[in-house]
Amino acid sequence: MLLHVDGLGVHLSGKPIVRNLGFQLDAGEMLVILGPNGAGKSTLLKGLAGEHKMGAGQVMFVGRALSNWSNRDLARHRAVMPQRVEVNFPLTVEEIVRLGRPPEPLSKSMPVLSELMELLDITHLRHRLAPGLSGGEQQRVQLARVLAQVWSTAGPVLLLLDECTSALDPAHQQQVFSLLRRLAKQRGFGVLAVAHDLNLAARFADRLMLLHQGQSYISGQPSAVLTEAVLAAVYGLSARVLELDEGYPLVIPQDDARVSAYAEPSLSRFAPLNPSCRQAS
Amino acid sequence: MYWLKWAGLPVMVIDGAGRLAKGPALLMILGAAFAVSVVSVSSGAYPLSTADILAVWVGDLDDEVASMVLFDVRLPRLVLGFLVGAVLAVSGAILQGLFRNPLADPGLIGVSAGASLAAIAVIVLGGTWLGGWLDLAGVWALPIAAFFGGSGTVLLAWRIARRAGQTSVATLLLAGIAINAIAGAGTGLLTFYSSDEELRSLTFWTMGSLGHASWDDVAMAAPWLLLSLCAAPFLARPLDAFLLGEQVVGHLGYNTDWTKRAAILIAGLGVGAAVAVSGLIGFVGLVVPHLVRQTLGAGHRIVLPASALAGGTLLVGADCLARVVVAPAELPIGLMMALIGGPFFLLLLLRTRIA
Repeated sequence: MLLHVDGLGVHLSGKPIVRNLGFQLDAGEMLVILGPNGAGKSTLLKGLAGEHKMGAGQVMFVGRALSNWSNRDLARHRAVMPQRVEVNFPLTVEEIVRLGRPPEPLSKSMPVLSELMELLDITHLRHRLAPGLSGGEQQRVQLARVLAQVWSTAGPVLLLLDECTSALDPAHQQQVFSLLRRLAKQRGFGVLAVAHDLNLAARFADRLMLLHQGQSYISGQPSAVLTEAVLAAVYGLSARVLELDEGYPLVIPQDDARVSAYAEPSLSRFAPLNPSCRQAS
Repeated sequence: MYWLKWAGLPVMVIDGAGRLAKGPALLMILGAAFAVSVVSVSSGAYPLSTADILAVWVGDLDDEVASMVLFDVRLPRLVLGFLVGAVLAVSGAILQGLFRNPLADPGLIGVSAGASLAAIAVIVLGGTWLGGWLDLAGVWALPIAAFFGGSGTVLLAWRIARRAGQTSVATLLLAGIAINAIAGAGTGLLTFYSSDEELRSLTFWTMGSLGHASWDDVAMAAPWLLLSLCAAPFLARPLDAFLLGEQVVGHLGYNTDWTKRAAILIAGLGVGAAVAVSGLIGFVGLVVPHLVRQTLGAGHRIVLPASALAGGTLLVGADCLARVVVAPAELPIGLMMALIGGPFFLLLLLRTRIA
């Protein structure tokens, strides 16, 4: 068992954000956490990353309480990608990816850096300065940096990724999630990723956990979690869910009755100002 | 990439990122440091030619005045100028890494003013209220007070500028204005109550000067300055992580709190000791690390040593200039640096957007 979370509670300035949460993650497993804005996904990840104090419960990482790990050991076995990393200083892409590596001569890091930059499709950016990159490019650079940290680790590895594809185009989203799945299956990484894209999650995750108001609403195989009833209850989203032959569900959001009822009169009110707008709708 | 042939060997001068390669760049700064040092010991009210210096150095020239000027006036001034410049630049680089902003200069955010207020308080109140402190600390009373003044102010600025784990640069600079104003008021108050003799040494603090540098000054400040310089490289890697954000420092396995405290301590110690011997000298910590980052990159393993070398060189150079422009009198070095650094800071403001 890579990660065993039991009765976890995380408070933020006195307010309980995550409550009585329990789940497990095996080595080689990819668990994607879904949930509406404010459900506590990031807070949960930050709790596991040691950024927030955990109020209650127990987190065991490789059979040892998380609080008993030293910073240094933890960094070798657990890598974290925050939702946002902003770089204001003129560091090159290669330098940033190298920040993930332990102190070692450049000649030793170079093969790892090259491999990771190739995998994340940033080799052509390697000498560019990070502040000048697009959001998606920066996100891939950070992911490469995160992977560099645990790339040479022998033994258990846990990846905690907070919306690591939120700024990526569809092709790169697909590429990154399939890379993460490959890392889980081939190298035994445990992947815990927060995401919003239901179909991306359904396609690549072994299991999904749907957070709702700080608690696990439902967790399990994608086809068990992503049902029309669950989506309506948690997100208030009306959607059609198709079960594909490939064995995972496909979610197609539908027009929300409340939204279209509200949108129609307001649209007609503004329509004279911009006729082309109406035509497009 | 750009390569030059040197002694038959290809030497990389510009690397793939279009920046100066580190080895040649450090050599260039070293060359500049050496050149400036030679100019510094030879120029002044009593000019010494390079030949004179060499002759006095090896003991060939039996000129007592030349020997005194060289060994008792110019050399301690050179050594002190170099150390102070190096420490101010390194402290600037450390604070900028810690605050994640290239505008965090020890002078701008009030650290120098805090250190100088503490030092002035010791001078003026040493005979009365702070007499016990003088008895207790002896010759170290001034540098230690300046150190506490400096680190205390870094801590204060840090506390004020941080909300919910984020450093607000606007708040930081505004806090700097307030801290500078408060420290200035304190200094003014102490000036008001000081005697004539105290007043003269106070002016020296507020303008910044290397003019009275003696080996005693060097002996008093050098241990602290060197300690700060030698400790700084140990922070290089965690400071690199700081550039990605405070939370990343912990993710990469460094102790965030320890790093912060060590950085504040080292910068406070350095700036405190520098202020104790040379008064308020601004902008070295702003100009130098910025230029180093632009030409060599932002990694602290290169920024810290290159800033130290370039900072020493800049201050010694500015000191030469301060001695020459109004010779035989001399401008206070703090004034000189403000003349150079003020416009530079404005330029920086116009070119970068502050968040």
